[in-house]
Amino acid sequence: MKSWLALIRPGDWLVLLGSAVLVGFSVPVFWQGGMADRAIIRQEGKVFAEVDLKARKQFAVGGPLGTTLIAVEPGRARVVSDPSPRQYCVRQGWLMRPGEIAICAPNRVSVQIAGRTKVYDSISY
Amino acid sequence: MTQSVIKLTVTAEDRRVAWLATAAVGLSLVDAAIPSPLPGVKPGLANIVTLVVLARYGWGTAVWVSALRVLAGSLLLGYFLAPGFFLSLTGTTLSLLTLGAAQHLPTRWFGPVSLSILAAFAHIGGQLLLASAWLIPHDGVFLLTPIFAGAALVFGTLNGLIAAKLLAETASAETSP
Repeated sequence: MKSWLALIRPGDWLVLLGSAVLVGFSVPVFWQGGMADRAIIRQEGKVFAEVDLKARKQFAVGGPLGTTLIAVEPGRARVVSDPSPRQYCVRQGWLMRPGEIAICAPNRVSVQIAGRTKVYDSISY
Repeated sequence: MTQSVIKLTVTAEDRRVAWLATAAVGLSLVDAAIPSPLPGVKPGLANIVTLVVLARYGWGTAVWVSALRVLAGSLLLGYFLAPGFFLSLTGTTLSLLTLGAAQHLPTRWFGPVSLSILAAFAHIGGQLLLASAWLIPHDGVFLLTPIFAGAALVFGTLNGLIAAKLLAETASAETSP
């Protein structure tokens, strides 16, 4: 054990310590927002519904192109179907983490997951 | 019919690179055989060879050995030109560039352990950037960053220690024959 420790030079300890601090700090940076607990459905930028991610529910939101179907399940939400031509928001699949958002721009509908702490507070307001 | 003989002259340097690359390929096979809880978290044992080569024969040889290792390793494991190959290539390229810069650090203070940790971070950083730019264009990739960074720190330190041990042993064997 001692002969192994002798292989670490003074600067190595510095690099080791610095990296450990960096790894420690990366946790809150990349894992922010805590748990997902609400889904915010917006239509034309206005809040259409704010749902707790507890029960199983379906929402039909009307837009200029037709109806967007949104499914809410415990801990997650997704866009089931949408009349948009490129289907980006549908193909995004399940949204599970706070801050995740699926935007069906052509139909002007969006679903966003929110946690207890609002991730983009300072930008939104 | 004229007979043409193509003769390749093999230098001692070529032989050395080939041997070292073989050792590195062998270690990447061992690496692949070790079960991992998460794709991308690997010990990266072949980097021990890169570190030893860098210290003993210089950066140029290290680049040769690493390039051959990525190529031959991917052929043997069957992921040549698959996404994994490009991830491996990007990671290796970035860690070699880092090693090229870091080898100029004063050796009295910074040994193989420092080089190994820095190279491991460059490796995973390059892979994450490529993955987010090309394979998974979604910020969700970065959710795994703390895990990958932690693994890079742990395995980087271990590999660096092993490389330092090997270098110290070969050095003492040469000075006291």
